[in-house]
Parts: sequence; C-alpha cells; structure tokens
Amino acid sequence: MPDRAPEAPSSPVELHPRADSEPTSSRALVPLPREEREEPDAGERLSDVDSWGRSERVRSLVRRIYDPVYRNWFRAQWEGLENIPRTGGALLIANHAGAIPNDAPVIMHGVEKELGRPVYGLADNLFRAMPVVGTLWSRGGGVAAHPDNAYRLLHDDGQLALVFPEGTKGPGKHYRDRYRLRRFGRGGFVAIAMRAGVPVVPITVVGSEETMPLLYKSARGAKLLNVPYVPVTVNMLLLGPLGIVTPLPAKFRLRVLPPVHFDVPPDQERYSRSRVMEEAERIREDMQESLYDMLRERRSVWFG
Amino acid sequence: MRVLVTGLGTFWGSKLAQALEALDEAEVIIGVDTREPRLPLERTEFVKADSSFSILNRIVRATQVDTILHTHLIVDSTQMRGRAMHETNVIGTMNILAAAGAAGSPVRKVVVKSSTLVYGSTYQDPYFFREDMRRVRTPRSPVERSLAEVASYVRDFAEDNPHVVVTKLRFSNVLGDDIDTPFSRALRRPVVPEIFGFDPRMQFTHEDDVIGALCYAVQEEVPGVYNVAGDGTLPWSEVCAIVGKRRFSLAPVMTDLAARPLRAAGLLDLPSEALEVLRYGRGVDNSRYKRAGFKYRYTSAGTVHAFAQSLRLENTIGNARPVYRYERDVEDFFRHSAAVVHETEAP
Repeated sequence: MPDRAPEAPSSPVELHPRADSEPTSSRALVPLPREEREEPDAGERLSDVDSWGRSERVRSLVRRIYDPVYRNWFRAQWEGLENIPRTGGALLIANHAGAIPNDAPVIMHGVEKELGRPVYGLADNLFRAMPVVGTLWSRGGGVAAHPDNAYRLLHDDGQLALVFPEGTKGPGKHYRDRYRLRRFGRGGFVAIAMRAGVPVVPITVVGSEETMPLLYKSARGAKLLNVPYVPVTVNMLLLGPLGIVTPLPAKFRLRVLPPVHFDVPPDQERYSRSRVMEEAERIREDMQESLYDMLRERRSVWFG
Repeated sequence: MRVLVTGLGTFWGSKLAQALEALDEAEVIIGVDTREPRLPLERTEFVKADSSFSILNRIVRATQVDTILHTHLIVDSTQMRGRAMHETNVIGTMNILAAAGAAGSPVRKVVVKSSTLVYGSTYQDPYFFREDMRRVRTPRSPVERSLAEVASYVRDFAEDNPHVVVTKLRFSNVLGDDIDTPFSRALRRPVVPEIFGFDPRMQFTHEDDVIGALCYAVQEEVPGVYNVAGDGTLPWSEVCAIVGKRRFSLAPVMTDLAARPLRAAGLLDLPSEALEVLRYGRGVDNSRYKRAGFKYRYTSAGTVHAFAQSLRLENTIGNARPVYRYERDVEDFFRHSAAVVHETEAP
C-alpha cells in the first residue's frame, strides 16, 4: 500500500480564479474568461478514506489487532502465494465456510501482510444497511458485492478483489457437508473477470469449516431477522452467546492455485453463458480437488 | 445562436445567464422565469412567466430561438410543496418540450439540467451509477417521482425529434458560493446532522462546474444523458471536518419520523431523499461527460474545500452578494433606448 506522502506545506490554496479579476468586482461576477486548467482542483483530504470507503489507516489498525489471532489462534499457513499477481487487478476467489466465516478476514489479512497489497472484500450488501458495523466493514476494505463494483475495482483501479462464489450457501451449510463446495452461483465471477480482463486466482482454505461447525439452521429465525440463515453452532453450545464471536482454534492452511486467464476480449457486453458456466465449473472442480488433496495431507484439525 | 434559458430567478441562475452572455456564439439570450433576475444582466431579455411556462410556445415562435437551456427544474423539495413542484417540473417541462417540438419550430438543441436524485439511494446500489443504470427501488419522494416523469418526457422528445440535439445533465449534490441546496444549507449551520452509525460516501459538484457543464452543452454537440459530478467520493464526516462543523446524530431507525419535528422547527434542512443519501451515500460515474470533452475544475474534495473557503469569507464579511433589484423600465432603457451608446468592439 503506497503510503500517503506528507505533502509539502503549500501556499494557502488560492480562492477561485475569479479573485484575480478586477479588484472592484463583486463575488458574483462570472469567472470568465478562465484559464485552461488540466487537472481539477482536488483540495486537500483530511482522511485517507478512498472512493470505496476503505481507509488504510483503519485497515492497518485492524491488522495490528487481528495479527495475534491470525498468527496464534488460526496459525495461518500459505502456499503458492507467488500465484497472486504483485500488480494489476486480479479476482481472488475462495471456498467459504464456518457459520460466521473467518476465512474472509484471514485471506484479506494474509494477502495484505505478505504482499503489501490492499484487498477489497466483496460481500453481501446487507452490511451496508447496518449502522456502525457497516461503516467499520467499509473502512476495513469491505465493498458491497455488485458486478459493477467488482468490474471497477479490477478494471479501472487494478486492485485485488476477493469474492466467495458460493455466496452464503458456503457458510450456511451443515458441518456434515464440510469441504464440499456448493454451486458457484451462476458463474458471475467468471463473467466479471472476463469483462475486466483480469485473471481469476482460486484460493482453497482448510480449517475454516471447523472454526464454527454449523449443526442446525433456523429458517423461521432467518425470515424474522431478514438474514440468509440463523445458525446454531458448536461454539454456541459450548460458550453460549460468546460462541457467536468466538471461533474454535482450528489450524488454517491456504493454498493459492495458479491464476486462470481467459482467452476472451475484455469489455464485451455479454459472454457466452455456456463458456462462462464451463469455466466456472472447471475452476470449481480444481478447487474441490485441491481441497481433497489438502485434507488428505491434514493429520489434525487443530494442528494441521 | 439564439438561446432561451429558464431559471434566472436565483443568484446561481443569474450567474449562468452572465456566463451565457460571455459566450460569443450566443447572439440573443432570452431568460424566462417566474422570479426576476438577481444580478444585473447586460443583454439578456427577461420574460416573466407563470410556473408552468405556458407562454413558452409564443416566446419560441416570436423569438425563433434555436437552443433551449432548461435549468428550472426543482430538485430541492424544501423549496416547494408537492403540487407546485409537479406543476413546475412536469407540466413546465412538458410545455417547454411541446414548444420545442411544435411543427416548424426553430429549436435544434435542448439542454435539461436534472439531478442524480433520479438514481435514488439504497444499500443495494452500485457504488458508481452509470447513466444507463436503473435505480434499484421505485422513487417514493415527490421530487424523485417528478424527475422520473420529466426524464421520460425528455426521452420521448429526443426519440420523436431526431433533428434536435437533446442533452440531459444529471448533477450530483451541488455546492458553491451562490447556489442554495439542502446540503449547502445544512453545512452552513453550526451543527450538521448525521445518521448514527453511518458515514456515507458523498460526491459533490462545484457550481462553477455546473455552469461550465451547461455552457459546454450549449456550445458543443453532446446528445444523450450525462452524469456531472466531481471526481471521487469522500465520507460525510470528512466533509463536515473540512467545513469545520460539529455533527449531531439522528437515530438510525425511524429517522424520517424523528426528522419531521426537527424540520418543522426549522432545525433540519434535509428532506427525506437527502436523508437517504446521508445514510447510504451516492456515487455516480462522471467519465462519460469527460470523454465527451468536458473538463472539470473541481473534484468532490476540491468542491468541499472551495465551499469551506467561501463559508469562511462569508463568516467574516457577511453576505457579499451585490444588492440588485430588477426594474423593468431601467432594463428596457439600457437595452432599447436610442440614447444609450452601445460600446462596439474596436476593429
């Protein structure tokens, strides 16, 4: 993340150019003729919140608080980090699990720490409607998952964006279905990457399922609270209400698969649906295979 | 070029007319409004109209204008009640377009000033609306509904009159020395409202850019719909910090209900559609007008800074607007009396 260079104390920002018209002129005179100015007057910022609502200052504070959790609680371990591009846009995708998923913060924290690049986490726009939580989420790099937001981040801004193609079906699945990937939506993430002309970088995560095993879902409660699902987890049974926010200390292993490039021209109005579905399905199969592979190597849920 | 411009009755609108007067191409400028101009105008001929512009047809035929610049759309619902706003926005636009599209009409260009209010503000929105994106929820406030109706009239007009260049500019929240908007009024107060727990992304346009964008559309051929907004967004808390104001919180639930008594007591300037912006913010993509060749003079943050500076000046010297009263006899004398020697440019 490029640090904001402290700007040299500039001369007081000039008032509108109309100030240089005749001295007798009133404020209301029209600022014409005007000089050709190439760059618009940008003023000076008092915060480092970008157009997406992310603040590097908040983010680094969050990283400082989260780092002990990342290192000592989850003991996250990466392989294949070199597969994430150091520059330019890339769409990171991962499997999503654990009733209140911990994989998103672990991936965002890990990539930002190891690569020094910001990651924008695309998530359900539900967060945006929540007071306080929504603001913190946004400052911490959360962006509402809208196809156009993803396109802009990847194409116009050349950033890393993280999405979970399973959506809420991933963390909302029963513990008995662990590490079995759900449907990848309608493959929208592939179409976005194609349109933005960026690679998809799949990440498979082992450990997140066991941080918060989901035993039961209440459909009625979900309807009542207007959320995708209301889980009953092992954590809640062990710790009561504290279990909502306390994940179990499962060992996290993360594997970055080679980036998938699509051989199609960017910025098309529409991409062949069958092609999109086919690519999405192939990526899903590769990720599923990688997950099984990682599980074969895993000796212990808690120690890896 | 013979230009007819609506909406001169504010300081801002009169500034626009002054800007038009500075354009060499504009040989004749006719201003139409329900209110009188607020600044001395050199050569603009002012005609007082009723709120729905029913005399416009006659004016257009009589003056043979080829360009209509329609800026008299009410986008600030605190200025006018629902019915009057409907009359001004919908019926007014209808009459203007009817005049412009009448058989044998000389009009070849119509420029309409609208607002990004047409996109609404919900949590499901994209962070930057493009011109071709639809709003997520159907409009609820009267002002948004009337703007949506205006939009459909303008669209139909453009379709029915392919020989007319129709430009529609959607401006985001405007700030500046002279323009009066709910947000500029809110930021002028000692304490500024926010909604508890929300710090939305805000985007602003400077009034000079508004005038520049409208003049650009008059001068150039830019058919279509364009967003006009400064680059980038900044959080509301920062906007208040730049202007140097404290904030007070409105409750995040039942905000509009809580706001009603405050509004009635004259303590809150923001109508409900502006409160929605204070909750979820709104951003629009301004690149289309840039690609059409328009150059902005301020970014969003630059606009807020310029506004903060003008507020500081205002706090020191008070309202520096020149006192001017439109007097028809005097204006007629200056324009049409044989006694007045008109300065001609030296060859």
